[in-house]
Amino acid sequence: MPAVTQIRSRTVALPAANIDTDQIIPARFLTATSKAGFGKHLFADWRYDGDGNPKPDFALNKPEAKGAAILVAGRNLGCGSSREHAPWALQDFGFAAVISTEFADIFRTNCLKNGLLPVLVDEKTHAWLLANPNVELNIDVASTTLTLPDGTAVKFPLEGFAKYCLLNGVDELGFLLSKGDSIAAYESAHL
Amino acid sequence: MTTPRTLFQKVWDDHVVVPETADTPAVLFIDLHLTHEVTTPQAYTELRNRGLKLRRPDLTLATMDHSTPTRTEQVFGGVPIAVDSAAKQVKQLEINAQEFGVELFNLQDSRRGIVHIIGPELGLTQPGKTIVCGDSHTSTHGAFGALAFGIGTTEVGHVLATQCLLQRKPKTFAINVVNHLPAGVTAKDLILAIIGKIGVSGGTGYVLEYRGAAIEAMSMDERMTICNMSIEAGARAGMIAPDATTFEYLKATPRAPKGADWEKAVARWSRLPTDAGAVFDRSVEIDAASLVPMVTYGTHPGMVAPVTGSVPASGDAVFEKALKYMGLAAGQVISDVPVQNVFVGSCTNGRLSDLRKAANVLRGHKLASGVKMLVVPGSQSVKRAAEAEGLDQVFKAAGAEWRESGCSMCLGMNGDLVPAGHYSVSTSNRNFEGRQGQGARTLLASPETAAASAIRGRVTDPREFTH
Ligand code: SF4
Repeated sequence: MPAVTQIRSRTVALPAANIDTDQIIPARFLTATSKAGFGKHLFADWRYDGDGNPKPDFALNKPEAKGAAILVAGRNLGCGSSREHAPWALQDFGFAAVISTEFADIFRTNCLKNGLLPVLVDEKTHAWLLANPNVELNIDVASTTLTLPDGTAVKFPLEGFAKYCLLNGVDELGFLLSKGDSIAAYESAHL
Repeated sequence: MTTPRTLFQKVWDDHVVVPETADTPAVLFIDLHLTHEVTTPQAYTELRNRGLKLRRPDLTLATMDHSTPTRTEQVFGGVPIAVDSAAKQVKQLEINAQEFGVELFNLQDSRRGIVHIIGPELGLTQPGKTIVCGDSHTSTHGAFGALAFGIGTTEVGHVLATQCLLQRKPKTFAINVVNHLPAGVTAKDLILAIIGKIGVSGGTGYVLEYRGAAIEAMSMDERMTICNMSIEAGARAGMIAPDATTFEYLKATPRAPKGADWEKAVARWSRLPTDAGAVFDRSVEIDAASLVPMVTYGTHPGMVAPVTGSVPASGDAVFEKALKYMGLAAGQVISDVPVQNVFVGSCTNGRLSDLRKAANVLRGHKLASGVKMLVVPGSQSVKRAAEAEGLDQVFKAAGAEWRESGCSMCLGMNGDLVPAGHYSVSTSNRNFEGRQGQGARTLLASPETAAASAIRGRVTDPREFTH
């Protein structure tokens, strides 16, 4: 996984609460067997009309959303299915960070495993970000700080190991494999 | 004296390979890894790219359920799977299972079924185990007192390669269900009421433990319905203490321990229930006796109301958007909602007792005109048992379709879809926008409510059919 240290980009906002992974990537696209190419199906049923044309009023289709790498979403983002295709689709579309006041557990884990940064913010910051879409933010992983356009710095929580992995591009599987002796000892004690 | 521990804490403690520290999560050993075609292909690719082997094939099982057809002629008659990419995905699972040495129940295997139905059926799901699957409804297996939770594909790769996961210890949440459910009120109604009460993210960060008289009185099938929907409250796992009901269920299963091993296992399992005085991080109380049959009216499982009630009002824009999608308005009487589609099946309510309950309501009735009903057993073994009792005949006589097992219309990956705009009373677990098909309007309910609604062609309180 490539290291993630800093994200500087404009935001795009989807204020709905409880955006589930079925919306992020509908089930009919899950038959793929590789990780690539899910971006074109991201939010498919919200993004396109019945004929497959982009709906002009959907936030991600607006011209000002182009190139935005930070998604601000309503509370409880990523609830529902464990499909890792959701973060794959968000990343493939171009997102590097997602901001909300609450993330579903499995979704948050899946994001971190792929270097898509989940940024948990307080209600006040969240309300401001939703009311002011398409603003430029800076997110610094080392100091776990989100900087608003007026210079206000907002701290966000990030578990120590997850932060270490992001900053150093550490591959967790490599870490687990390095525990092979402990795993073998556990296995022989629990036959 | 040792500190009293919860059921969760005991199972967690038993599986710590390397304890967690401030800097690193715990390395947790996994006793059973269930897999299916949708969330594994990219994990096997990763193993291949790194030249890694599957560490414990003996603790890994594969089935196909999500993108598999349910029409008999497609399963057994050699008619190809209609969706090309689905056919490829199924084929890829066969290739991966063969290459890595995983036991696979393929399309025509008599033991095949939805992953969360077959684990318990085989007796692989056991108290005290850690169980994972690349599927959020892995919480189902917690009904046996296992710590069971869904993981993403990267973590599937971790388990394939190391049989372990990196985990921070979650908090515990006691759901105390006092008193007993009234006649005609089911486990599905109870779990919908619980989700309505704590909310769709009320369980985030917690492992739930369902406790109390109503839970103790439940069969294993009912307990699985409850634990299955823990994830709909945001909890990765839900657990129920193992007891005589659990042991009796497992005793008859093919892969449970046998002979002297069985006695030892029961002794071990009997020590798992939460100790008196153990502390939960959070708790809530629900009075089972106050409940009636429940049905959802919105686009997440927390938007739930009594079948005897009406759609509530809210000034919230998201709530309004959900009602608009559903074509419903605040104040509308739930039992006035028309129904064009009924689905009985899924890992929530696709077991034999669920089919019996739906059949008991349907027996001697016909579907209302304009209603399509699909009955999809949770596994091939459920299908055979249902046919042995003649349940398939009851469904067919009423005008419903009887299919081979799979996830089917729970998520419509295999082409079993609800048409746009149609109301679908479904015994599954998710009523998200488009879950059962683009534009489909899903109302989650029990098998009894689904069957009663099929007869009347509108949402119906099943207690009207109590003979
Ligand atoms: S039946 Fe539905 S919820 Fe259960 S595993 Fe299949 S798709 Fe998931």
